[in-house]
Amino acid sequence: MKIAIPVENKTLEANVSTVFGRANYFLIYDTEREESVFVDNLAQSSAGGAGIKAAQTVVDQKVNALLTPRLGENAADILEAAGIKIYQAINASARKNIDAFGDGKLSLLDEVHAGFHEHGDN
Amino acid sequence: MKIAVLSGKGGAGKTLVAVNLASVAKKSTYIDCDIEEPNGHLFFKPQAVREEEVAVLIPQVNHDLCDGCRRCIDFCRYNALAYIKERLIVLAELCHSCGGCNLVCPQNALAEIERPIGKIQTGISDPVTVKTGFLNIGEASGVPIIKQLLAGLETTADSLTIIDSPPGSACNVMESVKEADYCILVAEPTIFGVHNLNLVYELVKLFNKPFGVVINKCLETENPAEKFCVENNINILARIPFDRELGLLNSNAEIAVRKKEEYREKFSALLNTVAKEVRHEAAAYSQR
Ligand code: SF4
Ligand code: SF4
Repeated sequence: MKIAIPVENKTLEANVSTVFGRANYFLIYDTEREESVFVDNLAQSSAGGAGIKAAQTVVDQKVNALLTPRLGENAADILEAAGIKIYQAINASARKNIDAFGDGKLSLLDEVHAGFHEHGDN
Repeated sequence: MKIAVLSGKGGAGKTLVAVNLASVAKKSTYIDCDIEEPNGHLFFKPQAVREEEVAVLIPQVNHDLCDGCRRCIDFCRYNALAYIKERLIVLAELCHSCGGCNLVCPQNALAEIERPIGKIQTGISDPVTVKTGFLNIGEASGVPIIKQLLAGLETTADSLTIIDSPPGSACNVMESVKEADYCILVAEPTIFGVHNLNLVYELVKLFNKPFGVVINKCLETENPAEKFCVENNINILARIPFDRELGLLNSNAEIAVRKKEEYREKFSALLNTVAKEVRHEAAAYSQR
């Protein structure tokens, strides 16, 4: 299966990013082939709705699960609509999270954050 | 004459000032732009209330025509569109109704539909016309409601409009002061009061609006808000003393000037001061 993790750097040792919508990259990890790919998060510079665009990127990678420390409401809706399971990441490297996920130690994310509404340019 | 009443935070006395000012004029319109928690109507208890819905336009997808090219998604700078499971979805709360997606769609797959975001009530509490905006719970932006509240206002020199602005200094507030001839900033005489006052002070400076301050709940003791005004050369229009009776009337949603002559005199004096300021501004402007 394929999992996505928001990260700050393009290595498996990179820490999980605390901000899903504004993470630098998404690590797309294939658990069967043990292969990793890093995709740029184009949402990073968005004025608003970064979570949506980031979620779209993750959905387009056809992943089965997302590991993230936190997530906005809108992004969660999109990921759920796409049938992607969302797990609560631990504050550690991407690799540690992949291992923890493989061992079944991560729980589903149950707390979703209301987004910051940015409409100052109205 | 359009006067906006602002404060950096709720509870400073903004509604007290706005409601009573509107009530001392011979004829006036009171517009409650505090759309997330409008409470002026609780004081006025208006009669013959008419209601209109406020809606914004958002795109609706015809899935038979959409081929998934995603041009609309790339266009939308608010990221209000996504393509999930071979279907375009619209995140209605994020849409700013710019209409752009509709224009760029090569398949003509998008149409505009109305989405209600709130309502406006208009009623009479003689001699005040009371207009109240309500934003539906969960909506992000009330700007379209404020625009509609303030659209088509009479602007004769002797008509008085009091705009009760939302608290804070976000885009709702900016929208509510854009059209005002004068701004009254209501502040409490505390350190926190000064902090909140500073927020709205920055805002009126940004909009280059003439303004003055009303300090509410004044005690005889040291008054940081007064000090702030003196230091920044801000005109203090009135000081409302800390007064149990006034506080009680206000917390019972009574309009003080309709209950007691003493309050009527005080608020009339405030209205006169403001009217003078506005005339002065207008004269100064015509001489420039
Ligand atoms: S109308 Fe504008 S803001 Fe709304 S979805 Fe279309 S492009 Fe985005
Ligand atoms: S631009 Fe039109 S055809 Fe292309 S994805 Fe959007 S709605 Fe569909």
